[in-house]
Amino acid sequence: MDALKKLSVSPHIHSGRSTTRIMLDVLIALLPATVAGVLIFGWRSLLPIAVSVVCCVVFEAIFNLITKKGQTVGDLSAAVTGLLIALNVPANIPLWQCVIGSLFAIIIVKCLFGGLGNNLVNPAVTARVFMLVAFETMTASAFPVDSVASATPLAAETMPSLLTMFLGNHGGAIGETCTAALLLGAIYLLARRVITWHIPAAFIGTVFVFALFMEGFDATSALSFVMAGSLVIGAVFMATDYVTSPSSAWGKIIFGLGAGLLTCLIRYFSIYPEGVSFAILFMNILTPYIDRWTKHKVFATGGKKA
Amino acid sequence: MAFHLRGVHTPHRKNTIKQPTVQMSAPQSVVIPMVMHIGKSAAPTVKVGDLVKVGTKIGEADGKISSNIHSSVSGKVVKLEEYLQPTGEATTAVVIESDGEMTVDPAVCPPTVNSKDELISAIRESGIVGLGGAGFPTHVKLDVDPARIEYLIINGAECEPYVTSDTVTMLTRADDMAYALRQLNKFMGIGNVIIGIENNKKEAIAAMREMAASITECTVNVKSLPSVYPQGGEKVLIYHTTGRKVPAGTLPIDVGCIVLNCTTLAEIGAYLKTGMPLTQKCVTVDGGAVKNPQNVIAPVGTSIADIFNFCGGLVEEPEKIIYGGPMMGVTVPDAKYPVLKNTNAVLALTHKEAKLPKTTACIRCGSCTNTCPFGLAPASIALAYEKKDAEELKALFVDSCMECGCCSFVCPANRPLVQTNKLAKQLLAQEQKKEANK
Repeated sequence: MDALKKLSVSPHIHSGRSTTRIMLDVLIALLPATVAGVLIFGWRSLLPIAVSVVCCVVFEAIFNLITKKGQTVGDLSAAVTGLLIALNVPANIPLWQCVIGSLFAIIIVKCLFGGLGNNLVNPAVTARVFMLVAFETMTASAFPVDSVASATPLAAETMPSLLTMFLGNHGGAIGETCTAALLLGAIYLLARRVITWHIPAAFIGTVFVFALFMEGFDATSALSFVMAGSLVIGAVFMATDYVTSPSSAWGKIIFGLGAGLLTCLIRYFSIYPEGVSFAILFMNILTPYIDRWTKHKVFATGGKKA
Repeated sequence: MAFHLRGVHTPHRKNTIKQPTVQMSAPQSVVIPMVMHIGKSAAPTVKVGDLVKVGTKIGEADGKISSNIHSSVSGKVVKLEEYLQPTGEATTAVVIESDGEMTVDPAVCPPTVNSKDELISAIRESGIVGLGGAGFPTHVKLDVDPARIEYLIINGAECEPYVTSDTVTMLTRADDMAYALRQLNKFMGIGNVIIGIENNKKEAIAAMREMAASITECTVNVKSLPSVYPQGGEKVLIYHTTGRKVPAGTLPIDVGCIVLNCTTLAEIGAYLKTGMPLTQKCVTVDGGAVKNPQNVIAPVGTSIADIFNFCGGLVEEPEKIIYGGPMMGVTVPDAKYPVLKNTNAVLALTHKEAKLPKTTACIRCGSCTNTCPFGLAPASIALAYEKKDAEELKALFVDSCMECGCCSFVCPANRPLVQTNKLAKQLLAQEQKKEANK
């Protein structure tokens, strides 16, 4: 035994959790919604998905090469952003729009702010807002499968039945319509402890209660309202992004409440049929403050909050 | 008592408790440093050539916060060498070549104790320090006005993975522990004792309950606690057994509590009974690189290499050798280092066991703050440290950090949060000193 042994500061064991594993779990959780999207909107759904994922990964890889900061695409966060962008666009979206959206999400929102962990706002959400404002075709959708365009439930006169809403057999973005598939994903993420219940419950709960009031206490209408648009996919997969949401339980609840309120205000009182993305973006910006207001009380410091 | 503090579920890996504990014979030589405790180094009282026996004093405590050092073998002092501790501080070590006899010094005899002061003096003589690993001189801890002591809490939690030496104490030295409790009750009036033990040690809990029932002089409660790391952390244990909170910068006695590790208590009992100072330790030897993991009773100063040989040798070259457990233990540069008074385990981790994930960017997941028992925010502390913002570090209560390692353990990016906290504390101390000198 001649060689000196490795010295390092404790702890010397690790739980085994990793960022890559968490991202992989998110990808797995999004699989049901991806499959549902292909079933509902046809094989052409795979094109935006492929383009977005590849573009996000490639753009991040190129940025890392140019800045010589070491390759980070292995942590799968770019792939997750790509998939989320794709699931939030209609199946017949011009593919060049996916390229621009991916560029915006990865280069501008994420890399230029300092890479994973340093972005102020959610790359996928912000890309969606950007695409919504820049390319109006976002508000329409390709349903049924062979038609060019038709209105989504939120934009239409009447809502489809609850079952239709739950199974997602109506117009909308590729991954946002099938509530059943999204719930499967939510259960997986909760079981794997990737997300906690606080943000989805507060977000969706607030929208449900607001809708209940607005729809004259008609629970069916309120439920349809909740399942419409990108609320479920937004509340479960995008609002829960660690980097851009508060860390503490109360912080998450405040985040969810705020996002839910904003979503409803936009949906009911503005020209936009959908408000989820704007709401999440707004709450992302507020998150540093929410974190500051909701820090854990430190043990035995006489009740003083820092 | 309020809810349970946060923590983590570390792997238990307590397989050594299934093996018998074995007494090691005298090694060829021992290296005994003059500081194996918190406080000033002892001053050597022997020189090269002196003949010593087991229990002979070889170092005199220097000042109030210091501890006596005794020889753990019989033989001859061959060297007084400079000894570099793994923490980087230097001290003197006495090297003794053993004659193999382990002859006990005839001066070793039970101390005369008729009062609290004599009890404290006796414990001071014995060289007993906190055997949970910290090594704080026990006579200093106990030298308080007895009226202030409402609870004596005995720490049998042993929450670190691998380590089982305290469990051995609770299973085999209940007599010594009971004797100590009776003496502490007699001379210091300590009437309320709580023994906190993690619930993964059912036999130890039973043994302690049996001991508690036999003590009529004072109330002894055995509390079974959830096996959540860091259950054995002093302030955590106090909170879970009494509901009292110890703020940073204060001591447990300020809330009426004294915490003693169960092995420390047993040593006190043994010393008061026999007069034999702290000269040997029960050490858990474990880790994938060790052929026969087990608990070994070894003389203080035995080299780690000798201990490994006694356990059947090493099956492969370890990547890390650790004093203590893997959550808070200190790494050792090589196996020439000795077993110290406050060593309760030696681990030889294989390359596979020692492998840690790559460190990547913080993703603000909040796992660190959501597992910190004290509710600190290590990710925020790291940011404040990077900016060298001492004001912010103070506002984040970085001095409350007990460096338990929960944060780094759960961090998906494997960020060196404990290391950053240590550095942050240093920075804050430096800045506060500068302010004071202005």
